[in-house]
Amino acid sequence: MRRHLLAGFASVSLLAACSANSEGPKTASSDPAAAPAKAPDPVYVSTYKPYPGVVTAITGATIFDGEGARIDNGTIVLADGKVAAVGGADTSIPDGATRYDAAGKWVTPGIIDVHSHLGAYASPGVDAQSDGNEATSPVRPEVWVEHSVWPQDPGFGRALVNGGVTALQILPGSANLFGGRSVTLKNVPARTVQGMKFPGAPYGMKMACGENPKRVYGGRNQMPQTRMGNMAVNRQTWMRAQDYKRKLAKEPNMARDLAMETLVGVLDGEILVHNHCYRADEMAVVMDMAKEFGYKVTAFHHAVESYKIADLLRENGVCSAMWADWWGFKMEAYDAINENIPLVHNAGACAIVHSDDANGIQRLNQEAAKAMGDGRRIGINISPEIAWTWLSYNPAKALGIDRQTGSLKLGKMADVVLWNGDPFSVYTRPERVWIDGAMLYDANDPKRRPVSDFELGQPGEGDVK
Amino acid sequence: MKRILMLAAALLAAPAAAQTVAITNGRVAIGDGSPLIQNGTVLIRNGRVVAAGSNVAIPADAQRIDAQGRWVTPGIIAGLTQLGLAEVGAIGLDNDTGADKSPFSAAIDVAPAINSAASSFAITRARGVTRAFVAPDTTTDIFGGQGALINTSNDTNVVDRARLFQYVELGEQGTSRAGGSRGAAHVWFRNAMLEARDYARNPSGYSGGRDADALLMRADVAALVPVMQGRMPLLVRVNRAADILQVLALRSEFPNLKLVLVDAAEGWMVARQIAAAGIPVITSALTDLPDAFESLGATQSNFGRMRAAGVKVALGEIGAQPRNTKQSAGNLVALAKIPGAEGLSWDDALAAATSWPAEAFGLGGEFGSLRPGRRGDVVIWDGDPLELATAPVLMLIDGVQQPLETRQTKLRDRYRTPQEGVLPKAYER
Repeated sequence: MRRHLLAGFASVSLLAACSANSEGPKTASSDPAAAPAKAPDPVYVSTYKPYPGVVTAITGATIFDGEGARIDNGTIVLADGKVAAVGGADTSIPDGATRYDAAGKWVTPGIIDVHSHLGAYASPGVDAQSDGNEATSPVRPEVWVEHSVWPQDPGFGRALVNGGVTALQILPGSANLFGGRSVTLKNVPARTVQGMKFPGAPYGMKMACGENPKRVYGGRNQMPQTRMGNMAVNRQTWMRAQDYKRKLAKEPNMARDLAMETLVGVLDGEILVHNHCYRADEMAVVMDMAKEFGYKVTAFHHAVESYKIADLLRENGVCSAMWADWWGFKMEAYDAINENIPLVHNAGACAIVHSDDANGIQRLNQEAAKAMGDGRRIGINISPEIAWTWLSYNPAKALGIDRQTGSLKLGKMADVVLWNGDPFSVYTRPERVWIDGAMLYDANDPKRRPVSDFELGQPGEGDVK
Repeated sequence: MKRILMLAAALLAAPAAAQTVAITNGRVAIGDGSPLIQNGTVLIRNGRVVAAGSNVAIPADAQRIDAQGRWVTPGIIAGLTQLGLAEVGAIGLDNDTGADKSPFSAAIDVAPAINSAASSFAITRARGVTRAFVAPDTTTDIFGGQGALINTSNDTNVVDRARLFQYVELGEQGTSRAGGSRGAAHVWFRNAMLEARDYARNPSGYSGGRDADALLMRADVAALVPVMQGRMPLLVRVNRAADILQVLALRSEFPNLKLVLVDAAEGWMVARQIAAAGIPVITSALTDLPDAFESLGATQSNFGRMRAAGVKVALGEIGAQPRNTKQSAGNLVALAKIPGAEGLSWDDALAAATSWPAEAFGLGGEFGSLRPGRRGDVVIWDGDPLELATAPVLMLIDGVQQPLETRQTKLRDRYRTPQEGVLPKAYER
């Protein structure tokens, strides 16, 4: 299978190259490999290009590197869009670098939100812009949320300037058991969604446990109507995917199936599963389903009961993406506790702070701070530099972009936030934000503040938000 | 940790309301915008504040609580919430926030629905909230009904002021409730006020019901009489600047209306007019998305700008969780450091979450601060109360110590170690 895939990729890159060279229209018959069933991946390719930056040195800062280290009175140098140096006060600074004295300020990697619906459920939240749930069948792996994302959603800008968010995963909603493909974006405004796509990021696939799918379809007297119905539809779907994969191995030229292509991508480990799942018992069932069909769950999202099975999550290597203290708004959130994040972390499992919310994404650092405080009160003392892993490195790992971003290591993307104080204080906000070394927010300069098309000519255009 | 536990234990012989309690050695914030008092004392007797400050004489019979230098504040008052109206919001049977199949609207009273045994009470209390104003949702028309002031104590009777205010929607929500336009919402409102006037003149002559002579049900129109007469505050939810001005103009026709604006996301754009009208505003601190066409101008600076223009503003976690009120207040302080933004001083931010909500309802003499004569709602915190990582270590409501354990803390303790022990988890408590 591996070889088949490699072959597939080879022909894919050929096709991509051909179209890029504009050699005129190609027909299927003119292709030597003649319409392979394997998806001609990549398509809808990222056109994101870093904006130009200048060589920048931030000095005197408290630096959290995002992987758990702290440097006091630290210096970081950004050059050519990358982290060029990180260290103490003795770090050498290139001649001509633009310097920022950050005494009393903090520098961190940009925050990465693993769970957002920006662009798919954009502001203003009118029906015409409700594009997050293809709630026409519980199994919709064929949809790609990037085809819903509206790059003009003003929420992206809020997440940047108030939240210090530099990358984010947009997920389809949770009405469906299989919600479709996610997309990971750089939080840089663009005319097209392709212009925001994080280069080289793997796709994710949204799945959902529990109340939502069975409510949406059960309410229509359709399957699933129960949690057992959820699982039956899930398993039957995975069986179809396995069957498709076997057939594909034998007949590479069989008719393509968009839904099956995504599922096969999961079975092959190329597409990461992000599974909305609140209850501990359901997470345990899903982890067994993953074993049954030979795929991996990358992260459970809204995992309010992870604390009940933190040991199982560690053993299975599954991350939990969590709020700090959302509770009680629905039955499956009834056992949420404020110490969920610290308990999961303390058990050695992977903890991520996520938002699922256009407001919450502006305060993920604050969510982490609340969780730290609640941990401390029960004797779990997590240092701020360790807690920052919940906000950048762990989400980067869950998105498969940790080699490019998520921490301030040499050569990684210069996705950096300079905070005007301790970022775990409620009194602190981003002062400047760089993405790939380009300064895209400066609290002191109203011109370095994104204003979406939607906001032009409207009350409050260009205002502080 | 150890010291906090000892502090709590010191009070286990809980003060009854009639007792005299002196909290000493605190960083005391009165909650009225005045500066912090170092090494201050708060004296409570018969459930009310007698004195708070640095030179408070402590009677010999007072039970003393050493705050050990911790922050001492009035309890947080959640400006506008639905606390106690639902155990789990998504479960309809247990959700008393609205009644979309009821023929009644303005007459609906939230008080009978308040359930202090709901888990949300203890959970909200554990984040420092001692009182909350509770409003119903609108459902059948523009009026939601009569809201209340409640306290978060573990008492069975927690309603402090039933039928305290009327709640009405005159923005986008009101438009849809009224049948489809703002014009319809305003005519509905005017008609209701006129019917209330007729009813007040001659209740027995009111035909009642939705017949040719009257649109409102008898109970609804009766509930609107004190609104029309200015004896009951009318909370009006609007967001758009133009809608706000329309609400201000209502007083030219109905001069007695005691208006309070709710949300007012674009309030900063007409702040001078609101201030000139002397109308208080209850608003969220963090609304900054144009999530509807009525709130295109939304900014977190709304609160600070209205305050700077002289509007009486109070904090409300509208449509959100009342337990996050202190976080919102802290964020208002953060804005003060951002060029071009308008925030609050720390002292004012605490007031925004304590005394200012009480004042918006005309109850500042009774609730919301540690000034003499106010209710004895006091919180001792394990750090700066507006910071994110802090929580109450001790709470008094009406001078009575409140438990800070919740269903959540019990779950936490059960799963502190997730693995089963000698018996299943169900036996651990």
